[in-house]
Amino acid sequence: MNNEFHYDYKTVQGFVLSAIFWGVIGLVIGLLISAQLWDANLNFGEYFSYGRLRTLHTNVLAYGLGIGAEFGIFYYIVMRLTKRPLVLPKLARFHLWLFNVGMVLATLSLFAGMNQSLEYAEFEWPIDIAIVILWVLFAINVLGNVFTRKEKNMYVSLWYVIATIITVAILYIVNNLAIPASLTKSYHLFAGVNSANVEWWYGHNAVGFLFTTPILAMFYYFLPKSTGLPIYSHRLSIISFWSLIFAYLWTGAHHLVYTPLPDWIQTLGIAFTLFLIAPSWGSVVNGYFTVDKDWSKMRTNYLTKFFIVGITFYGLQTIQGPSQGIRVISSLIHYTDWVPGHVHMGTMGWVTMVICASVYYMLPAMYKTEIYSEKLANIHFWIVLVGQLMFSITMWITGIQQGAMWKMTNADGSLQYTFMETLVRNYPYWQMRTVAGVIFVVGMLFFVYNVLMTIKKGNDLAKQAA
Amino acid sequence: MSNHENSLYSKAVLFAVVAAVTVLIGTIVTVFAPMFTAGMHPKNENLQPFTALQLAGRDIYQAEGCVNCHTQTVRPLKADVLRYGEYSKAGEFAYDRPFLWGSKRTGPDLARIGGKYPDEWHIQHFENPQAFFPKSNMPKYTWLKNKPVNAPETLAHMKALGFPYAEEDATALASATQLDALVAYMQVIGTSVARKEAIVVDASMIEAANPLAGKAEAVAAGQAIYKAECAGCHGQNAEGNIGASISDYAKGEPADTDTYITVANGLEGAMPAFAGQLSKDKIWSVVSYINSLK
Repeated sequence: MNNEFHYDYKTVQGFVLSAIFWGVIGLVIGLLISAQLWDANLNFGEYFSYGRLRTLHTNVLAYGLGIGAEFGIFYYIVMRLTKRPLVLPKLARFHLWLFNVGMVLATLSLFAGMNQSLEYAEFEWPIDIAIVILWVLFAINVLGNVFTRKEKNMYVSLWYVIATIITVAILYIVNNLAIPASLTKSYHLFAGVNSANVEWWYGHNAVGFLFTTPILAMFYYFLPKSTGLPIYSHRLSIISFWSLIFAYLWTGAHHLVYTPLPDWIQTLGIAFTLFLIAPSWGSVVNGYFTVDKDWSKMRTNYLTKFFIVGITFYGLQTIQGPSQGIRVISSLIHYTDWVPGHVHMGTMGWVTMVICASVYYMLPAMYKTEIYSEKLANIHFWIVLVGQLMFSITMWITGIQQGAMWKMTNADGSLQYTFMETLVRNYPYWQMRTVAGVIFVVGMLFFVYNVLMTIKKGNDLAKQAA
Repeated sequence: MSNHENSLYSKAVLFAVVAAVTVLIGTIVTVFAPMFTAGMHPKNENLQPFTALQLAGRDIYQAEGCVNCHTQTVRPLKADVLRYGEYSKAGEFAYDRPFLWGSKRTGPDLARIGGKYPDEWHIQHFENPQAFFPKSNMPKYTWLKNKPVNAPETLAHMKALGFPYAEEDATALASATQLDALVAYMQVIGTSVARKEAIVVDASMIEAANPLAGKAEAVAAGQAIYKAECAGCHGQNAEGNIGASISDYAKGEPADTDTYITVANGLEGAMPAFAGQLSKDKIWSVVSYINSLK
C-alpha cells in the first residue's frame, strides 16, 4: 500500500481496545448470571440481581463488544477498500469518544433498571437517541469514504457494510418509537400483538444486521487477506448477498410461533426462515471453496482456522435456526435453554471467532510488527472452541430435556412433572455451563493478553525507530 | 472483484437505494402493512386499562427484568393449557406497551397468574421464594417492600398513556410500596379471560374411597409432594400460614373425596388447582398424608 501512513489507525485502535474492555465486563457478568441460575444466593440486592444483570450481559456484549469491534474493524476495512484515509478523521475520533461515554451511561441506566423490556432494545429513549447519533456519525464517516473512494468498484465487504448501515438505522428507529413518559421511562408506540410483531422484526434482524452481515463483511475481507486466496465465486457472493438481505426482513415472526400473533404472519415468517438457509450457505460454501484451493492453509496460516471454524458455526447456526422456526420443533424447544445454546453458538462460535481473527490480522498491520505469539493465538482458539461447544451442547441437552418434561402427561391426562421438577433437572447442566463459560473466558483472556503484548511490541519498536 | 466497468457495484448511491428497497419489501409486507389491519388491534370487551397502582407494578416488572425469566403467553398446546390455563388471546394485550410475552421460561409462565393465588402469597413469595419452593432459583425481592411508589411519576405515566384515574387512585398510590404495586399488577394479568382449568374434577370421576389408604409409602410420597408444593402456604408442619392449618383440617375428619376435590380444583382466589399437574395417584397420596396428620 502506498500512503499507508495516512490511514487513521488511532480510531481503529481505540475501538478495538474499547470493545475488549466492554467485552471483558460483559463476559464477567455472564459468568455471574450463569451461576445465579443454579444458586439464587448469588443474587446481591437489586443492582446485582439476575433480572438486571441478564439485561446488562446481552447489551454490554452486543453493543460494547460486538458493535464496538464492528465500528473499528469497519473503519479499517473501509479505508482499505476505498483506498483513502477517513474523510473526516476528527469526526471518527469524536465517534469513538461518544461511543464510550454512551456505553458508560447505557450500562448505568440498565443497572438502575431503566429498561424498555424489548429484547436487544432495552435502552430507554435518551440512550436510544445517543445510539442513533452514534450510528449517523458512523454512517457519515463510512459513506463519506465510499462516495469519495479511489477504487471504482465496491468489494463485497462494502456491500455488507452499506446494507448494515441502512438496515440497522431503519430497524432501530422504528422499534424504539415510544411515548416518552419521563426522562427515564417510555412506553412502546405499538401495543400488544403489534408491539410483538415490531419487536421481533427488529430482534431477529438485529441478529441479522449486527451479527451476520457485519461479520460476513469481515469474513469476505480478512479470509482472502489472511490466506492470500481470492474468494471462490464472485457470482455466488452476489446471489448470497441480495437474497440474504431480501429474505431476512420477512422472518421475525418465527420468534412468535404459537403466540396470539396472526397465523399468516407466523407462517410467512417460518417459510422465509427456511428459505434463508440458501443465502446463508451461499457464503459458507464460498468460504469453503476459497480455502479448497489450498487446505494446507489451515495448518500454515494460524488465522485460517478461525475463519473456517467460524463460518462452519455460521453454517450450523443457519440450519439450526430455521429448524427451530418450524412449528413442531418450536413447540418442543421454545422457551427452554436450547435457545441460549443456539444463540451462544452464533455469538461465541461465529461472531467472536471472526472478530478476534480480524483483530489478529489488523494489529500487526497497524502497529507495524508481528503478532506477539501465534502459539498463544492457537491456545486461545482451542480453549474458546472447547468452551463454546461445551456451553452449547449442555444447553441443547437440558433444553430438550425440559421441553419434553413440560409436555409429558400421565394416562389420566394430567402433567407428569410440576414446574419445579422440570427446573431442578437443569441445575447440573447449568453448573456445567458455568464451567464452560469459565473455559471460554480463560480463552478470551489469552486473546486479550496477546493483543496487549502485540501493541506493546509495536509501540516499543516505534520508540526504538524514533 | 467485478470486472464490469459500470455495474451496480461501482455506483454507491444507486447501490444504497437498491439495498434499502430490498430490505423494505419484507418490512412493509410483514410489519408495516399489518399495522393497518384490524387483526393487529384486537381488544377483549372486558379488558380495562391498567389502574395507577397496577401500572406502577408493571413499571417495576419491567425495571427488574422479570421478562427475562417469565413469559406471558400460553400457547394453544395441550401441555401449556394444562399447566397454565386458557391459551392467550390476541385481545388481552391492547394496553400492553410493550407486550411482555418474553422468550424464556426459566420460571413459569405468568399469563394466568392473576387471581391464581391470594395477595399474601405474592407478598411472601417475593420476599422469599425458597420458602415456597426450596430449590427455586428466583432471586429474593426483599427491597420492594421498603420502597415507596413514586406517585407523581406514576401519574405522569398514566397521563402519557391516556389511562383514566380518579383522585382516590392518586391518594392510594401515595401510601403504596413497590411490593403493593407489583402484587396489584400480578393480580390483573390475564384476567380479561375467564379463569378456566383444563381438568375440573367431580365425585363421579374419582374412586369413592382412597385406593391408597393404609399404605405407608403413600403417606411418605404424599409428604414429599406436600413439602414441595403445599408447605409454603400451609406450613412445613401443616400448622397453617396463608392457607389453613392442615392438621386442624385433618382433625375434622373430612371425607377423602372432599379432600381430593379441594386439592384437585383449588379454591377460587385462595388456592390454585392441582388436577392438571398432579396425577390421581399423587393427589391420593397427598390425601393419605393429610389423613395421617389427625
